[in-house]
Amino acid sequence: MSEAQLNLLYLLAAALFIFGLKGLTHPRTAVRGNVIGACGMLIAVVVTLVDQGLLRAELIFLGLVLGAVIGMLLALRIRMTAMPQLVGLFNGFGGAASVLVAGAVFITAVQAIAGAAGGGSDGAAVEVAMQESIATAASGLIGAVTFFGSLVAFAKLQGLVSEAPLRYRGEQLVKIVLLGASLAAAVMIVRSPVDTEIYWALVAVAGLLGILLVMPIGGADMPIVIALLNSYSGLAAAATGFVLSNTVLIVAGSLVGASGIILTQIMCKAMNRSLPNVLFGGVGAVIETAEQDDVYAGKVKQTSAEEVAMLLKTSRRVAFVPGYGMAVARAQTAVRMLTEALEHDGVTVEFGIHPVAGRMPGHMNVLLAEERISYDKLREMDAINPAFPQTDVVIVLGANDVVNPRARESSGNPIAGMPILNVDQARTVVVIKRSLSPGFAGIANPLFAADNTLMLFGDGKKAMESLVEAYKEA
Amino acid sequence: MSETVSLITVFVLAIFVGFEVITKVPPILHTPLMSGSNAISGITIIGALLALTAGEGTLTTVLGFVALVFATINVVGGFLVTHRMLKKFRKE
Repeated sequence: MSEAQLNLLYLLAAALFIFGLKGLTHPRTAVRGNVIGACGMLIAVVVTLVDQGLLRAELIFLGLVLGAVIGMLLALRIRMTAMPQLVGLFNGFGGAASVLVAGAVFITAVQAIAGAAGGGSDGAAVEVAMQESIATAASGLIGAVTFFGSLVAFAKLQGLVSEAPLRYRGEQLVKIVLLGASLAAAVMIVRSPVDTEIYWALVAVAGLLGILLVMPIGGADMPIVIALLNSYSGLAAAATGFVLSNTVLIVAGSLVGASGIILTQIMCKAMNRSLPNVLFGGVGAVIETAEQDDVYAGKVKQTSAEEVAMLLKTSRRVAFVPGYGMAVARAQTAVRMLTEALEHDGVTVEFGIHPVAGRMPGHMNVLLAEERISYDKLREMDAINPAFPQTDVVIVLGANDVVNPRARESSGNPIAGMPILNVDQARTVVVIKRSLSPGFAGIANPLFAADNTLMLFGDGKKAMESLVEAYKEA
Repeated sequence: MSETVSLITVFVLAIFVGFEVITKVPPILHTPLMSGSNAISGITIIGALLALTAGEGTLTTVLGFVALVFATINVVGGFLVTHRMLKKFRKE
C-alpha cells in the first residue's frame, strides 16, 4: 500500500468518525452514528495491519482478542447505574495506551540514535525531532494524568474510596509543585531527548498529579471531572498522533478533546461555577448545621403515600425531578410503573432533568431510557421550567441542590446563581427523601419548608413502590 | 518543519469541526456521547499497532502489547456499551 493510499483511507476513517458523532445529535440517528464510528475504527485498524504487512501477527492477534473479550465483558455486563464509573475507567485506559505508545516509540527512537552514533556510519547527528519530543512529553503528561485521575474517579464512583472531597492544608501548593515538576521533566525531554528514564519520571510525577487532582473532588462535581478526563483522553491520543505523525490519531483525538471540553463547559455553566473553582474550589467540605433549624423549624409538613396518591388522582399534569438519589435507591422501575399508571388515567407526565443531575452528563436520561420511558418526555431544564406553574404535582426524587430556591440569591451561598429547576412554582411539590440532610452543597433547602411542599420520608425505591400501590388502590 | 505545520493545521481544524458537531448534541444523549467519543479516543490502538510492529526489543514489545490491550478494551467496550445504551432510547 502506498503512503498516499494509506493516508486517504485514514482520511476516510476520520470522516466516518465525524459522521458518527453527527449521528449522535438525535436519538433517532444515534445508533446508526455509533455504528458508523465503529466502522471508521475498523477501517483504520485493518488498513494499518495491511500496511504493516501483518508483522508480528500472532502477538497482535492475541492483544486484539484479549482486549476485545475484556471490553465485551465490561460493556455487556455493566449495569446502567454503573455507567459513570465504566466511562471513567475507559477514559483511563485510553490515557494509559497513549502513555505506553509514546514511551515505546520514544525508546525505539532513542535506541536508533544510539545505534547510529555507535556505528558512526555517516557521522551525521541523528536526533529525535523537536515535534516528536514535544509530543512525547505531552502524551506522557496528559496520558498519565488521565489514567491515574480516572482510576481515582472510578474508585470514588464505585465506592472503593470515599466520595467525599479529600482536602488538606497546602493542597494547592502540592499540586502546583507537582505540575511544575512535570513541566520541568517535559522540558528536559524536549531539550535533550536521549534519556528514556526522564520520560518515566515524568509519567510518575504526572500520575501523582492526576491522583491528587481528583481526590479533592466530591460526588456532585464528578460529572465535570469525568467530562474533563474524557477531553484529556482525546488530547492524549492527539499528542500520540504527533509522536507518530499520524493524521487519523490527531483528528480522532482532537474531536474527543473538543467534545470533552464542551461537556465540561456545559456542566460548569449548569453549576454557575468556573472550572478552576470546581478543580480547586472546595465545595462540599463544609456543612452548615446551625442554619438548618432556622429554615426547617416547625415548617416541614410530612405526608404519606396515601395522601400523595389522592393528590395524584386529582392531577392532570405531573412532573418528576430525578436526582442521583434515584440511581442510588434504584427507584427508576417504580417511577416507570407510576408513570404508566398515571398515563393510563390520562395524566400528562414529564421529567425535568437538570444538566448536572447524577454523576455524569446525561446520567438520568440513560436510567429512564432503560425503563423504556419515551425520550420526548425527558425535558431539559429550560424546556420544562416554564411549565412548572401549570403542573399540579412535582415529585422530587433524590434531588436536592438542583431544586434549591437559594440558588436564586445573587451571592452568599455555594450554589448562588446556579440555574435550577423551578419546582417551587408548581401547585404541590412532593419531596421523596430519607431525611432533611443537605445535598452536596451542604446548605439547607427552603423548598422543604415551603407552604406547597410535602415531605415523603423514606428510601426512594420503597417510597415510590408504596406510592404506586396506594395510587392503584385509591 | 512544514510537516509539523500541516499536522498542527489538521489538529486545529479538527477541533473546530468537533466543536461545531458536538454543540448540537442534545443533553439527553450526553452519556452516550461520552462513551462513544471515548471509544473514538481509543484510536491510540493504531499507535499501539505501529509501536508493536516497529519495536524489536523486549521492553518496547511489552509496552506496545499492553497499550494494544488497553486501547482495544477502550474501542470494543466503548462502542458496544454505547450501542447498548442508545438502543434503549425510544419514542412511543
